[in-house]
Amino acid sequence: MDNRECGRILGGMERDADIVIAGGGLNGPALALALARAGLSVTLIDALPAETRSDAGFDGRAYALALGSQRLLSALDVWPAVAGNSQPILDIEVTDGRAGAGAAPWFLHFDHAEIEEGPMGHMLEDRYLRRALLDAMAAEQRITQVAPAEIVAQETDLTGVAVTLADGRRITGRILVGCDGRRSGTATRAGIARTGWDYGQTALVCAVAHERPHHGTAHQFFMPPGPLAILPLPGNRASIVWTESTGAAEAINALSDERYLDILRPRFGDFLGEISLVGERFTYPLSLTLANSFVADRVALAGDAAHGVHPIAGQGLNLGLRDVGALAQVLVEAHRRGEDIGAANVLARYQQWRRWDTTTLAIGTDLVNRLFSNDNPLLRAARDIGLGAVNAAPGLRRRFIREAAGLTGDLPRLMQGRAI
Amino acid sequence: MQSASTIDPAEVAKFEAMAAEWWDPNGKFKPLHMLNPCRLDYIVGQIAAEFDRDPTAEAPFAGLRLLDIGCGGGLLSEPMARLGAAVVGADAAARNIPVAELHARQTGLEIDYRHTSAEALAAAGETFDVVLNMEVVEHVADPLSYLTACQQLLNPGGLMVCSTINRNAKSFAMAIVGAEYVMRWLPKGTHEWSKFITPDELYALLREAGLEPVDRKGFVFNPVSWSWGLSARDLSVNYVTASVKRA
Repeated sequence: MDNRECGRILGGMERDADIVIAGGGLNGPALALALARAGLSVTLIDALPAETRSDAGFDGRAYALALGSQRLLSALDVWPAVAGNSQPILDIEVTDGRAGAGAAPWFLHFDHAEIEEGPMGHMLEDRYLRRALLDAMAAEQRITQVAPAEIVAQETDLTGVAVTLADGRRITGRILVGCDGRRSGTATRAGIARTGWDYGQTALVCAVAHERPHHGTAHQFFMPPGPLAILPLPGNRASIVWTESTGAAEAINALSDERYLDILRPRFGDFLGEISLVGERFTYPLSLTLANSFVADRVALAGDAAHGVHPIAGQGLNLGLRDVGALAQVLVEAHRRGEDIGAANVLARYQQWRRWDTTTLAIGTDLVNRLFSNDNPLLRAARDIGLGAVNAAPGLRRRFIREAAGLTGDLPRLMQGRAI
Repeated sequence: MQSASTIDPAEVAKFEAMAAEWWDPNGKFKPLHMLNPCRLDYIVGQIAAEFDRDPTAEAPFAGLRLLDIGCGGGLLSEPMARLGAAVVGADAAARNIPVAELHARQTGLEIDYRHTSAEALAAAGETFDVVLNMEVVEHVADPLSYLTACQQLLNPGGLMVCSTINRNAKSFAMAIVGAEYVMRWLPKGTHEWSKFITPDELYALLREAGLEPVDRKGFVFNPVSWSWGLSARDLSVNYVTASVKRA
């Protein structure tokens, strides 16, 4: 397509929206809300109808939302709708060795009382977060939702971007943001290549009900086959993330629920009493994929489309919401200065802000994975350091708690709980 | 000015190339693009404060008539038009005008670009609510008569934002040796150090021209974030002032 010609076509038209977002999962709606609340218009396109996405059944998926993510949701006025269904994480216990076999030589204890901000995070089930974001979007006049719809083409010119849907409709905006996951079509169509590797491990994810209360404590056991995380959910329930080599994980997942629990029980131990499965079982192969650039001509990527880290326990979500906070802030500030929000120099600011952080995390993740086989976000704190040494130094421990809570680095204003 | 339909296609191609050059953030005008967000933050803040506008509102500068002196490719004129101001962009270099016009048209913005000077506009009796006078005063032969013309262009209660480069050993090292010779951000000979003006000298000139200086800030380059920011204290190289014409 001749850009100059395209410029005449698009430039002469009224645009459908300032920002077109591809992807209506969690990051897409959060970004749409952040932009709309600051006065920009958004069209959000998703392959699935909103009703399907907000289906209210408990499927066993839950996120460990870092404090920064919770503040972003508060700033977007979404938090009140989910707060009642969330479980504050009050303590984190990291143990090396076998679950239920008593305190191991490496024992690390993080207590939320050590930092003034309160709980370092909250566990929140996917169904509640999804529903709250979709409800908030539906109530926002500046957001138009187009779903179900499949994007088949995108083109850009000097002033904007146009996407073509499978049914022939065209939607135009100044910038297209891909929140369409680790196999992002937006990135592919923009010619953005990806770098990645596979860990040869698979996470088994499920939720259990247990006899005794968890008191808001998250547990991480580093065990020979791979780590096991027990993350507290409201009531006597917990979200389990359990990593095995891919071959073993596939074999375990093929078992009946009863046999599956038979394998889980000795790893889990009996400190919470008898356990039973609630919700579905999931498996996630652990792999990492990083977009070689987070931006292209009039295109930006956020969330897994930019960086697919382990899709477990919300690590990806916390990172994605940081993208959301940073991108929304860059675009809104540019808009208020009268800049063209899709201009290359504006998008470069987002890339500069996020890519370094993410690449560092990707490398850190890889190192930790090699050391411990897992990097739960709330436990990422322990990377590269002997756990016992950390536990012995209160200052260091507080720093790690703040890191795990997502309170370090160049925080977007939304992640400080402030409006843009 | 010729209309787009009668202009020579070879000329259009040339203007398109020049417009692309002006608007390439990594091209010849990279230093201006790097400085622009910081300049705009200052300008937008000053205009909003002076005219009591809410910068978060839609088209906050609607109803304001604004002159951008030395508009070049329109790096400031376009944002001001997007914020709702009625913009006149003036440049003494004739070749910039069709280039800026073309880019505004491509972008869908209406801006009145003219090959003229502040003095000629003042003589014609034109008036504005806001005059942007950015990185110009260090290039003119007689700063006082130039600033007097700018003052005449302002409506009573109007605002002028004026930026320039300080004159000291550091500004010589940074603006000339650094920007022109080391970083090659600017063509050699862009600036003549003796024409640089200290903040106190500029304040005195503004007052003599009949304006009341109300604010000044430094533009400071941060080599860690590789971007420019505003500083209340460090006016040692690039700096900006705001002055008003009392009603």
